[in-house]
Amino acid sequence: MRRVPLPPEALDPVDRQILNALQDGFPIGEHPFAKAGAALNLSETALIERLRHLREIGAITRFGPFYDAAAMGGAFCLCAMQVPAADFERVMTLVNAHPEVAHNYERTHRLNMWFVLAAETPEGIAPVADAIERETGLKVLRFPKLEEFFIGFRVSA
Amino acid sequence: MTMDASDRRIIAATQAGLPLVPAPYAEIGRQIRLSEAEVIARMQAMQDSGVIRRIALAPNHYALGMVANGMSVWDVEDARATELGAQVGALDFVSHCYLRPRAEGWTYNLFAMIHGASKDEVEAKRAEIATLLGSACRSNDILYSTRILKKTGLRIRGEA
Repeated sequence: MRRVPLPPEALDPVDRQILNALQDGFPIGEHPFAKAGAALNLSETALIERLRHLREIGAITRFGPFYDAAAMGGAFCLCAMQVPAADFERVMTLVNAHPEVAHNYERTHRLNMWFVLAAETPEGIAPVADAIERETGLKVLRFPKLEEFFIGFRVSA
Repeated sequence: MTMDASDRRIIAATQAGLPLVPAPYAEIGRQIRLSEAEVIARMQAMQDSGVIRRIALAPNHYALGMVANGMSVWDVEDARATELGAQVGALDFVSHCYLRPRAEGWTYNLFAMIHGASKDEVEAKRAEIATLLGSACRSNDILYSTRILKKTGLRIRGEA
């Protein structure tokens, strides 16, 4: 994924309008691009071409359905460890070797390693966290979500 | 809602995104041998039940200049945590918002990922959340990521 800002001239006003409008939703139906395009004064073909271009230049991370992870049946748990600096690379290798480790970040805190465990079932989480504790000799703090809040995140293009 | 094998095939076929073709739902149906009408009906049902939160475009916030982010964490009074968490999640600069258990040496129960154009902007937004939480919040911190150590998509299998 592109992590560097695009130059401002990479996007014209129509691109920005598309990026802003389609964050709110996209129709389910037979000709959804025609319908979404009508609201933007764009033909079906023009909207599809614009979206292809926006994807090519890295302006779009994702276009499609956002699934509720829990509803899909998986189980997830945020975990954190306090890893001594001298031991960081060794511990990182041991942690990352587990396929259940979906992402892992180094962060600025006494708890300096934060990762998400993903398993097919809730029962699949603890054995992996326990195994990491055995392998590394370090404690794995577990922060499963108790409640998730509706997200109003919007990026203004 | 109960999902069956066809729903799970739809999820597997669309979790990377919708195809950019005039009839994307028909195209998905072709890939997994369902009619367009059936894909549409099933995706509508999944959206109605909340399995699909929304079908939408996610802009690359880095490409659009929001290059800074931090995981803010808050020690919020338990009795008010649900009500206040909902208010924090609704802010347009917060991309993830969860209540989580406290742990030994870790007093924070509300986690909110804050995005901004710069670290200063992220800190200003953190101050905004502190104001919103007021006296219900005893302490807070923010953790910046310094390195991605691993990143893989969260995937489910098509057959289940």
